[in-house]
Amino acid sequence: MSSLLRLATAGSVDDGKSTLVGRLLYDTKSVLADQLDAVTRASVDKGLSTPDLSLLVDGLRSEREQGITIDVAYRYFATPKRSFVLADTPGHVQYTRNTVTGASTAQLAVLLVDARKGVIEQTRRHAAVLALLGVPNLVLAVNKIDLVGYDEATFTVIAEEFAEHAASLGYERGSVLAVPVSALVGDNVAEKSDKTPWYSGPTLLEHLETVPVAPDPHDSAFRFPVQYVIRPRTADHPDYRGYAGQIAAGTVRPGDEIVVLPQGIRSRVEAIDTADGPLAEAGAGTSVTLLLADDVDISRGDLIAAADRQPTVTDEITATLCWLSAKALKPGARVLVKHGTRTVQALVGELHARFDEQTLSSVDDPATLELNDIGRVTLRLAEEIGVDDYGVSPRTGAFLVIDPKDGDTLAAGLVGERFA
Amino acid sequence: MTTLEPAADAAQDNLAALESEAIHIFREVAGEFDRPVILFSGGKDSTLLLHLAIKAFWPAPVPFPLLHVDTGHNFDEVIDFRDRVVEQHGLRLVVAKVQDWIDDGRLEERADGMRNPLQTTPLLDTIAENKFDAVFGGGRRDEERARAKERIFSLRNAFGQWEPRRQRPELWNLYNGRHRPGEQVRVFPLSNWTEADVWNYIAREKVEMPSIYYAHRREVYQRDGMWLAEGPWGGPRPDEVVRELTVRYRTVGDGSCTGAIESTAATVDEVIAEVSASRLTERGATRADDRMSEAAMEDRKREGYF
Repeated sequence: MSSLLRLATAGSVDDGKSTLVGRLLYDTKSVLADQLDAVTRASVDKGLSTPDLSLLVDGLRSEREQGITIDVAYRYFATPKRSFVLADTPGHVQYTRNTVTGASTAQLAVLLVDARKGVIEQTRRHAAVLALLGVPNLVLAVNKIDLVGYDEATFTVIAEEFAEHAASLGYERGSVLAVPVSALVGDNVAEKSDKTPWYSGPTLLEHLETVPVAPDPHDSAFRFPVQYVIRPRTADHPDYRGYAGQIAAGTVRPGDEIVVLPQGIRSRVEAIDTADGPLAEAGAGTSVTLLLADDVDISRGDLIAAADRQPTVTDEITATLCWLSAKALKPGARVLVKHGTRTVQALVGELHARFDEQTLSSVDDPATLELNDIGRVTLRLAEEIGVDDYGVSPRTGAFLVIDPKDGDTLAAGLVGERFA
Repeated sequence: MTTLEPAADAAQDNLAALESEAIHIFREVAGEFDRPVILFSGGKDSTLLLHLAIKAFWPAPVPFPLLHVDTGHNFDEVIDFRDRVVEQHGLRLVVAKVQDWIDDGRLEERADGMRNPLQTTPLLDTIAENKFDAVFGGGRRDEERARAKERIFSLRNAFGQWEPRRQRPELWNLYNGRHRPGEQVRVFPLSNWTEADVWNYIAREKVEMPSIYYAHRREVYQRDGMWLAEGPWGGPRPDEVVRELTVRYRTVGDGSCTGAIESTAATVDEVIAEVSASRLTERGATRADDRMSEAAMEDRKREGYF
């Protein structure tokens, strides 16, 4: 059984992201004859002599009309070694929010640069967003290497400059790889190029197939947001009361001491149940049903956590917000915070700082946060919740900010002082 | 007692990860909505959807009814299967018959006889009448380019319409299901599955499927390059020659626009082998409704279809 890697693309407009994604699909034989026929037909209609692989991924009418990617699209491809879910995100500055969306679930991001332009502001910005969201692995695809004559020195300068920037964002050398590619021709995407004999690393696809996927360090503390209480009240299960959810972090075994937050009630895991039978152990990402030793009052929105390593229970959080809405954030606003399975009312307190995308530095005490801004904010909550620092436990450190009036998602929230 | 080896956690097993994700989505909807419903046609994706719903709430019953928008152009084997599954699991099935809408003049039969595009009105009317606020569908993003842009929780306005530019960002596994009265959310737990995942999971879980997914002898005639079966949708026409072939179906929809493929794949394993070797997509070869224009799926979704 192959494993699953979730990845996202990032990079500025016109550096060939859609073409690279089209190339990955094409080279892994994930494009079938009728899809290629449709793209060839559309390319001929546009007066092109070769199929435009970017048409494989730009699926909306308005995208094809404008020749740009507007919205995140999800693509699927597989090799015998691994299955991939790829979030293809637009590169336009005004769509930075889509980079946030794609990066929130990514275990790896492929950042594209044009070999002729090298590392530009947009590259630094995207890398900063990826670092903020804790994407563990970065690949720098130095694209259009054919247009610089497959020049080693050009590649080395770009790779070094990026490695330095990534290091300043907290990436260790081992978690960043630079690959010289031509998405258009196919150099070093799936096939090793004979035009870059000076490059000894893996092709992009080889790297994607073999990079270790470690979504959850084994020493993470157990976290389980309660989604739903399962009470059949049937003849076969008259007294069954199970707490259903997906494990957010850590592992759980029968006998483990747990605490239910925010109430603070202690109990013990009696069994880990599934429709396929009970489990001896379950880890992060698994959907299970917990049976507890004591008959306690637990409902949707509660958080079950390891008794010896508890999250912080608080009604005031300092967090980084990635502002995703055209409606600006102002202190004093009433919003909803969705954290795990609990949604609570909240009041926006102080706006401490705003990350300036142009200078990549921090501006103190801004008046507002606008679309695509990243800022540090204090939120006062109507009820206590159990939170972790995003850097320690992303799933219990992440939350949504929602507009109570129309239900729109306003911001991606990351608990803690973490700031790019 | 069945035990899970510690190493076999979700991250290391593609199908287990997809299953856990789908179960999580079902439970989120059960926790946050008042009146969800599962769209169920008896086809492979909706049958898989139901299988996952049963696992999500076990040992309690599935807390949602099923809704079938019946075009009247059905394969008998699929309707029999549908009714058997409903009976077996003690579920409640709501059927919206396109024929009823045609009979009382709310819809008009199309010149080409296709009824798939006619499903939108009965679907939206039935959602409104029953006040369903979340509607599960078996749509997968790998099916079509417009679907690749679809969120897992897809907000539709009071007219059931999809507006791709106004989609909410979907972050982590935090799904935002808030909606105003009259609005609905379409929910796609199989979003991240591919056709190959679906068949591999069917094999792993031994999920029963309607027999027409497996090779059988059938009388068919050719129209627009597709092998269609005889049925109430009209055909064969006098100039269309009927032949008996060994065929199976890759998708099951309205009989007027769903074609059979020549195949000898009679078991799940043979179907998996055939699907992985195929150079044609599931819908490209056998679904006439997707061929109507470059953006046929996007246009129908904007109207309120899935």
